[in-house]
Amino acid sequence: MSVVPPVLSCTETEQKWHKPRTMGVKPGPVDAMVVVKPKPDATPASGIRSTLYKGYSGELLDPSTLNPLPAYADMEPDSLPLICRMNITSDKPLVDSIFGKIQTGSLPGQPKESTGSAIQYLGTATRRLASARLPFIHPYLLNCGNKTMANNFARILSSKRNVGILSLIGAGSLTAGFLLNHEHVTAGAQVRRVYPASAEYPDLRKHNNCMASHLTPAIYAKLVEKATPNGYSLDQAIQTGVDNPGHPFIKTVGMVAGDEESYEVFAELLDPVIKERHNGYDPQTMTHPTDLDSSKLTSGNFDERYVLSSRVRTGRSIRGLSLPPACTRAERREVERVVVDALAGLKGDLAGTYYSLTHMTDQEQQQLIDDHFLFDKPVSPLLTCSGMARDWPDARGIWHNNTKTFLIWINEEDHTRVISMEKGGNMKRVFDRFCTGLKEVERLIQEKGWEFMWNERLGYILTCPSNLGTGLRAGVHVNLPKLSKDPRFTKILDNLRLQKRGTGGVDTAAVGSTFDISNLDRLGQSEVQLVQTVVDGVNYLIDCEKKLEKGQDIKIPPPLKK
Amino acid sequence: MRDRHADCYFFSCLVCSVKNASMPFGNTHNNFKLNFKVEEEYPDLTKHNNHMAKVLTKDMYAKLRDKQTPSGFTLDDVIQTGVDNPGHPFIMTVGCVAGDEESYEVFKDLLDPIISDRHSGYKPTDKHKTDLNFENLKGGDDLDPNYVLSSRVRTGRSIKGYTLPPHNSRGERRAVERLSVEALNTLDGEFKGKYYPLNKMSDAEQEQLIADHFLFDKPVSPLLLGAGMARDWPDARGIWHNDAKSFLVWVNEEDHLRVISMEKGGNMKEVFRRFCVGLKRIEETFKKHNHGFMWNEHLGYVLTCPSNLGTGLRGGVHVKLPKLSTHAKFEEILGRLRLQKRGTGGVDTASVGGVFDISNADRLGSSEVDQVQMVVDGVKLMVEMEKKLEKGEAIDGMIPAQK
Repeated sequence: MSVVPPVLSCTETEQKWHKPRTMGVKPGPVDAMVVVKPKPDATPASGIRSTLYKGYSGELLDPSTLNPLPAYADMEPDSLPLICRMNITSDKPLVDSIFGKIQTGSLPGQPKESTGSAIQYLGTATRRLASARLPFIHPYLLNCGNKTMANNFARILSSKRNVGILSLIGAGSLTAGFLLNHEHVTAGAQVRRVYPASAEYPDLRKHNNCMASHLTPAIYAKLVEKATPNGYSLDQAIQTGVDNPGHPFIKTVGMVAGDEESYEVFAELLDPVIKERHNGYDPQTMTHPTDLDSSKLTSGNFDERYVLSSRVRTGRSIRGLSLPPACTRAERREVERVVVDALAGLKGDLAGTYYSLTHMTDQEQQQLIDDHFLFDKPVSPLLTCSGMARDWPDARGIWHNNTKTFLIWINEEDHTRVISMEKGGNMKRVFDRFCTGLKEVERLIQEKGWEFMWNERLGYILTCPSNLGTGLRAGVHVNLPKLSKDPRFTKILDNLRLQKRGTGGVDTAAVGSTFDISNLDRLGQSEVQLVQTVVDGVNYLIDCEKKLEKGQDIKIPPPLKK
Repeated sequence: MRDRHADCYFFSCLVCSVKNASMPFGNTHNNFKLNFKVEEEYPDLTKHNNHMAKVLTKDMYAKLRDKQTPSGFTLDDVIQTGVDNPGHPFIMTVGCVAGDEESYEVFKDLLDPIISDRHSGYKPTDKHKTDLNFENLKGGDDLDPNYVLSSRVRTGRSIKGYTLPPHNSRGERRAVERLSVEALNTLDGEFKGKYYPLNKMSDAEQEQLIADHFLFDKPVSPLLLGAGMARDWPDARGIWHNDAKSFLVWVNEEDHLRVISMEKGGNMKEVFRRFCVGLKRIEETFKKHNHGFMWNEHLGYVLTCPSNLGTGLRGGVHVKLPKLSTHAKFEEILGRLRLQKRGTGGVDTASVGGVFDISNADRLGSSEVDQVQMVVDGVKLMVEMEKKLEKGEAIDGMIPAQK
C-alpha cells in the first residue's frame, strides 16, 4: 500500500519563521530615532525623569474625588479591591511623606503593621524595609558601587523605580489588575479556581538542571505566591527548566530572571542555583570584584601560528527595564532606543552604524551574514521556552563599528551583548577596546539618566544566572593538532579553568583541530583576572603544543584556585 | 478616570498576586503595560499575513488592551502566537487563541471579525446547530474500500470551568487529566478502554502506540508553541483508547480533549455512529461529575483555536485519487463540495500513490451530521469520478454545483 502523504496542516508541521529574511522579505522604511534629551537648564537638579513613566506630581486631588466605594458599588463585599478598604475619606488629616502630602492611614504613610504575607513577600535584603519609616534608602542604593548615590536616589525616585520601591512596602496579596478592571469584564464574575502549591509543583523527577536540583516543594510553596514588582512570577522564571529536562552534555541552569528584582524576590531558589553554578559563590556573604582596567593585562599577545582569532564578550542590562523573558514590546523598544542613541555618540575607532533586524536592506543583511555578525531568532528551546524570542524581530538589531572589531547585539538573549574581536592573537588590544568601549557606552547612557544593572553581590545582572558577575567570556580560536589528541587535554583545560567549544560556539563540535578555548568562570573574579586566566592558559596550551611538536613531554599544570 | 487609576495604581497595585496569573511568557501584569502608550505597545504587523493581523488595528488594540477575562487572560496573550508567526506559506492561519471560555466574550471585538473571516461570513448574531444524532446520516456505509483506505472523525471538547491549554497552570491541567480519566474509565461495552499517560508510559506501551499511529508528541509547530500550549510537557498529557482501538481520546494536547473515532476501510457510517455514541457517553459522565462541556448557542463547542469552533469536527478519509488529483478541475471540485485536501499538493503526488486526506472544510454554521454528510457524498462522487477517469471517460458532466 502506498504511503499516506504527510499532512499539510498548519499545526502539525514545523515552519522556520526566522528564515524568511533569506527569502526576499522586503524591509520597510528606516525609522527615525527620536530620543528626548535632557535640556541643560531645564533639567531639575534632583534628576532626570524617564520618558517611559509619568509619576504623579502636584497637589493631591480633593479627597472626596478619591472615594472609591461608589465605583465598586456593584461588587461583592469580599471581592472589593484594596483601595476600598483604605478608608480614603475627605475628613482624614494629611501627613507629609516623600511623595508630598498624603492621608494618614494610606499605605505609604504608615509604618509596617501588616505581617505575614507582606513580610513573607519581601526578599532577604529588603526585609528591613518592613520596619522602615519614610524616607528610606533602598538597599540597592546602599550596595551600589556607583559614586553618585545621591543622584541615583533622586533619579530613581523620580523615575519608574519608585513603583518598585513602593511595592516593597505593599501589603496583602491581590490581583489588583483583576479587580481594577472589574468594570471591563463582561463575562461574569466567575473567579478562577486556585490550586494549592502541591498541585502546581512541577514533576522534576526526570530533570537534570540546577533549578530542578534546588527547587524543593517547600521552596516552591514559599515562592509561588510571590512576584516581582512588575509581576514576574516563579512559574515564569522556572518554565524553561521545566520544559527542558536536561542537556546531554551540560548541566543547564534551568531558570532565568525576568527583571533585576527577580534575584531578590526569588533569592531562596536563585542563591543555591548560583552557588552550584559558580563554584560555591554565596551571594549573601561574598562580593564580586569588577575591574575593567585593561592596562593590567600581561602577555596578551599570542603566537599567531596557533591562535587564529581573539574575542571577548559580555552582556549589559539597562536598569529600570525588564529583561528579555519578561519585557513588554514597549520596554524592548525603549532598550533599543536608549542603547542606539548612546552608541551614536561613540567616536574614533569606535564609531559605527546600527542595523535593525526589521529594517535592514538585503545588501546589509548579506554583508552581516558574510561577516558572521548576523544573529537570528533563537532556536534553542532553552531560550524560546523562557519567552525571550517573543515578537521577533521587533526591536532587535546589530550595531558594529566601522572597522568591524566592536559589535553589540541588542535584545537577543540580554538587553545588550558586547563583543570585541579581531583576527589574530592580539588579545591585549581586543581587551583594551572592550574595556574602553564598555566604559564609553556606560558614560553615554549615564548622560541620559540611565545606568547598567549592577550590584556588589552579583556584579552585572543578566538574564541567565550563569552570566552573572562579569558575564565575560574571553576566548580564542586556536589550532592544537597534537595537544587535542593527547588524553591529558581535558584535564589540562580543567586545571587551567578553561573550557573548549567547537568553532561554531556552544554545543558545536570542533572542526579539525581548531578549538574555541575560553574561561569557565564568570562570577567571583574580575574581568581582568578572567582574561588573564585565559591569556596564561592559552599560552600554556601553545607551549604544550610546541613541546609535543618537538617530541618533548608535557606536564599537567596544578589546578588554579577557583 | 485615568487619574483615578493612576492613584489606585500608586497606592494599592503594589504587590501582585500570582494566584491568578499563569500565562508565563512575558505577559507581566497587564496593568504594568498600561503605563506605556498604545503606540509603544502595539505590535508591528506590517509583514504579517494571518487573520489576527488583518483585524487588529491600533485603535482596536487601544480599546482592548486593558481588558482581561476573570482568569486573567489578556489581549497580548490572545495574539502572541499571531505576532510571533507572521504567516504560513500555504494556509491563512488564525493568529490568535482563547485562554478560556470568556475570551470569546471579553475580546469579541477582535474575535468576531476573525470568526466571520474564517468561517465564511458567520455573523455575531448567527446560531449554530448541533446535531450528534448519527441516524440522521444518509448512506456512508458504501464507500468503495478499493479507494477509501481509512475513515476518521475527530473533534475537540473543553471542560467547562477550566482554562484552556494556552493559559492553564500545571495544577489545572492535572485536574483536567484526573477528571477526564475518571470519566473515561467509567465507559464500558465497545468503549471500554485504558489510559496511557505520556510521562509514565512503559517502553512496550510506547512502541505499541507508535505502531498503532496513536501516539502524539510534543508539538513542534511554532504556531502552537508560541501560544504556550506545550508548557510543562509531558506533564498531565496522555492517550486513552478503547480495547478495539477504534475510539481514541487525547488529553491536554491542543485542547482539553480530542476525541477520535477511526477504522480502516470506508464505513464512515459506523465510524460516525461510534463517534456520536461515544461522545454522548463521555458528556453524560462529565455532567454527572458536574462538569459539562463548554458550549453555547452562538459558537457551538468552544475550543482553543477559533478555527475549531462550532462542531470542531474534521471528518475525513484517506482516499486514492491519482487521476482525479491531477485533473485541472480538482481544486474547483473540492471547493464546490466544501471539502479540503491535505497531503502533498506538489510534484510528488504520483510517487506516493495519489492518496489524499479529504475532509470537511467547515466547522461553524453547520451541524455534525451536515458536515459528515458532505464528506460522505463528496467522497462518493469523487470515487466515481476517479473510476470514470480510469476508463478514460470525461467527468465534466459530473462536476457538482456549489454547495
